[in-house]
Amino acid sequence: MPQTVDTLVLEAPVFAGLDPAHAAQLAGCAQTTGWDDGEMLFREGDPSDAFYVVRHGRVALEVFVPGRGTLTVETIETGEVVGWSWLFPPYRWHFDGRAIGSVRAIAVDGACLRGKCDDDPALGYDLMRRFSQVMLERLQATRLRLADVYGAPR
Amino acid sequence: MSTMTPSAYRVTGRRRDTADTCTLELEPRNGALGAPAPGQFTMLYAWGVGEVPISVSGLDAGGRLVQTIRDVGSVTHKLCALDPGTTLGVRGPFGRGWPLDAFAGADVVVVAGGLGLAPLRLAVLALLARRERYGRLLLLYGARTPADLLYRDELARWAEDGLDVQITVDAADADWDGPVGVVGKLVARAGFDPRNAAALMCGPEVMMRFTAVALAERGVAPERTYVSLERSMKCGIGQCGHCQIGPTLVCLDGPVYSWAEISRWLSVREL
Repeated sequence: MPQTVDTLVLEAPVFAGLDPAHAAQLAGCAQTTGWDDGEMLFREGDPSDAFYVVRHGRVALEVFVPGRGTLTVETIETGEVVGWSWLFPPYRWHFDGRAIGSVRAIAVDGACLRGKCDDDPALGYDLMRRFSQVMLERLQATRLRLADVYGAPR
Repeated sequence: MSTMTPSAYRVTGRRRDTADTCTLELEPRNGALGAPAPGQFTMLYAWGVGEVPISVSGLDAGGRLVQTIRDVGSVTHKLCALDPGTTLGVRGPFGRGWPLDAFAGADVVVVAGGLGLAPLRLAVLALLARRERYGRLLLLYGARTPADLLYRDELARWAEDGLDVQITVDAADADWDGPVGVVGKLVARAGFDPRNAAALMCGPEVMMRFTAVALAERGVAPERTYVSLERSMKCGIGQCGHCQIGPTLVCLDGPVYSWAEISRWLSVREL
């Protein structure tokens, strides 16, 4: 039997243990989606109207640097979440997102979920805690990479 | 073991691995040193220039050594410039290596950062040589960029031999289709049983501190997490004290320590 969006959402580590009522609200804004190898999920500056939970595959977050070309700043792996820009004005993507290999994901409509969070602060608080934890982990990892620990001793 | 007087070794091969790293193959001229255990190091002496501690990355039946060197100072620059046929001095082997025998029956997670793969290469080869003794074998390897990866040809071969090789880099261009991120992220996702696992780790100390946390969060015991430290080893025999950290001398008691015994000293800034 094919899995429903409700159960697929709960498989993502970021939503593990989510209250069933909250999961149902989240799933109400979600649908499955996918991209083939090399396809762009989004481009820098485009309106950010969703976030994605990667069910299978890898997404590269990229930035184009004049004179250096396209650089991959991070990859998002199976089970992880792509996208924070839907949460904060002006709701535009800050990087390009490109599928590496075949990618399957759950797309969650940002405006839909923001509306539900506004109506139900308990849902909003729960989701914000979960997203903040992921943001914290990404920030710490980014700081560690900024330290360039593999570089030559000075 | 040659502890005080360098033994002459001839350079039989030299390879430039990355922009700032070379690997030398060294053949004994007048009898080999004792066989280094995985994780041990030697002191390599560029005649008239100076001596540096370098981990042993390979060893063959004839006593020929493979040693990977980062070209960052006057001695290492001279070593990386040695042509095949020239000689250098070697003392050692020194220190305490990886306790591989204690890992029989367990999953073994090898975590390398940057040049840290060099001190782990001999351990990887030893693990694969007796593959049947261990559970899952994993190599989680982080590097600055794809161009900075060591032993690129061997990584694929190791994978064929039963090592689950996972690589991540800090930054890459669009040609790289592997993960970009810190090595700790690989730890969080890797397939092993933390209740019956041991970890071997070598890399920049900052990277090891963060990765030890990731290993502990997965449930790997600090007593089963081993790190190889780099300090200013000079004499190699515990006499000069240059490599002291807390109550231990890295050249004698290390360079391999369990995380349980050494982690408290790594947070002391004066050491």
